[in-house]
Amino acid sequence: MPQHDAPRTLFDKVWDAHMVVPETADAPGVLYVDLHLVHEVTSPQAFSEIEARGLKVRRPDRTFATLDHSTPTDSARSYVTAEAKSQVATLERNCAKHGITLAGWDSGDRGVVHVMAPELGLTQPGTVVVCGDSHTATHGAFGALAFGIGTSEVGHVLATQCLLQRKPKRMRVTVDGRLQPGVSAKDLTLAVIAAIGFGGGSGFVVEYAGEAIRALDMEGRMTLCNMSIEAGARAGMIAPDEKTIAYLRGRRHAPQGEAFERAAERWLSFATDDGATFDKELRLDADAITPMATFGTTPDAAIAIGANTPAPRSDSERKALAYMHFAANEPTTREPVHVVFVGSCTNGRLSDLRAAADVLRGRKVAESVRMLVVPGSEAVKRDAEAEGLHRIFEAAGAEWRQPGCSMCIAMNGDVVPPGKLAVSTSNRNFEGRQGKGARTILASPATAAASAIAGVLTDPRVFTRELEDA
Amino acid sequence: MPERFTQLTSRTFVLPQESIDTDQIIPARFLTTTTRAGLGAKAFYDWRYDADGAPIADQPLNTLDTTEHRILVAGDNFACGSSREHAPWALTDYGFRAVISTSIADIFSSNALKNGLLPITVDPETHERLLADPGGRVAIDLERQELTIGNAPPISFAVEPFARRCLIEGVDPLGWLTDRMPQIEAFERGRAL
Repeated sequence: MPQHDAPRTLFDKVWDAHMVVPETADAPGVLYVDLHLVHEVTSPQAFSEIEARGLKVRRPDRTFATLDHSTPTDSARSYVTAEAKSQVATLERNCAKHGITLAGWDSGDRGVVHVMAPELGLTQPGTVVVCGDSHTATHGAFGALAFGIGTSEVGHVLATQCLLQRKPKRMRVTVDGRLQPGVSAKDLTLAVIAAIGFGGGSGFVVEYAGEAIRALDMEGRMTLCNMSIEAGARAGMIAPDEKTIAYLRGRRHAPQGEAFERAAERWLSFATDDGATFDKELRLDADAITPMATFGTTPDAAIAIGANTPAPRSDSERKALAYMHFAANEPTTREPVHVVFVGSCTNGRLSDLRAAADVLRGRKVAESVRMLVVPGSEAVKRDAEAEGLHRIFEAAGAEWRQPGCSMCIAMNGDVVPPGKLAVSTSNRNFEGRQGKGARTILASPATAAASAIAGVLTDPRVFTRELEDA
Repeated sequence: MPERFTQLTSRTFVLPQESIDTDQIIPARFLTTTTRAGLGAKAFYDWRYDADGAPIADQPLNTLDTTEHRILVAGDNFACGSSREHAPWALTDYGFRAVISTSIADIFSSNALKNGLLPITVDPETHERLLADPGGRVAIDLERQELTIGNAPPISFAVEPFARRCLIEGVDPLGWLTDRMPQIEAFERGRAL
């Protein structure tokens, strides 16, 4: 057995516990995977590959599938193309054939993969979670090592439950202080990405630590870890604490009864030891953060709402600003907003919908704005409807839709029209991400709702302060 | 099984933009396919075709002779974004065999190496030289891990040793993993105790 006398980070501990064969100069290590999440887009070629080799899915009990990316979000379930429908049918067939549990159309568990798995208690501290999706880092909110993989690797995990991996470097982002009232986890997330820089996290696993991180609830932690890839980091992690344990207690796939208490004790051991070192450290102050929104076409191009855009430093930045129809040294709060999207694996959970509903209650979406609210899962939809949130959205003039990835990736027919400006709670503002020619501002659910009312990008505190005064 | 890669001498094709993301390389609406084939037609689709789907006349990607230009030189932070392996599938089907930049996203690099597409990161000075000479001749020698621009002295580059072996010798990563099944089973037994 390896000795671990030297202080280790949270990431080191999870990594070490899953090393089947350690890496050498010649070969990567063999890393064991506890949970493999599968969806319709990145899996068909992996199933074909293992079948062509006569291999089976080795651990269907550690594999869990859902339908989310290509699925329609209207009640009639009208697929955007026959190919999208066929892709969904392919996953249904592959799961049936290989004995994999699928949260399919008829399941009350179905949801965006990174919303669904935590809800079901599938995501657990100290585990390794992978999925053919770059936002898999979401599960790091539980102290899991979770990262996105390509389709070839999906095949590797299906066939062997393992991956060939070199150990990434360690980065710690410490956020001191507390977020001000009216400032959300998404605002913190955009500030963190702006601080690390797009690509600045490349080659690293990031641990988020500090008072402001501890103060986040589990859904806020998921929002933060979710966007680690937008700084180039493959994974983001937060050490488990009492909030993690309280979230998991009673979830269907979490241990039950006495086994849960034993597991909880073990989970708390996944914390960075005093004296453990990181390859890179970054410190931020939460008190200084105000509601944030992006102004360019990369997620790190984010500023406080109302602040002036910085002068572009390169042709690419000039091009991004021009694409967005924004000018240098001006605020981005004058350009008319046409579409508002609340949803996605970043911000499609119950607390996100509550935040949007709090702003919208008793108000109307501007005539010129189409607003979609897409719950992250069937469970989020049920819970939101039980609270009457859907009535608030509908009364305001927003569309209340079926769960799915929807306008975040815009491959199911939910698109922003060419040239139109969207305020979106999703994770990517790349050119054309939400539809060819679409212009995307990333922001929090409260900001999205406030912008829907005002018809321009708006700091939500304008409305929530009014609420406090009432 | 990826196509083998030992040496490649070809002309470059330059896309100088920084942060060319995976949505530019292949837009998400083309990810509904269930095969790997034919994605070259969708590579950089929104750069190559107008709103009506007609090819944009002055877009060099529409007329590029990919038998002559097999090395893509791209701006910093290439292929950031999603884990879609459709990105290297699209680039290889289009005709590229190597991509050179100052930095290339982790997941993309891993995916590219599994598909016979060699990602090479170079220092900013070398990058500038490549950007300044679109269509220039570059020789890549994977065994020696050397890059030669025109007649200049070779420059060495780094590549993960196992991936290099897979490309040169045709070692199959999944086969290599399945050969480790006894260790994997022993690991699982050890954890169950």
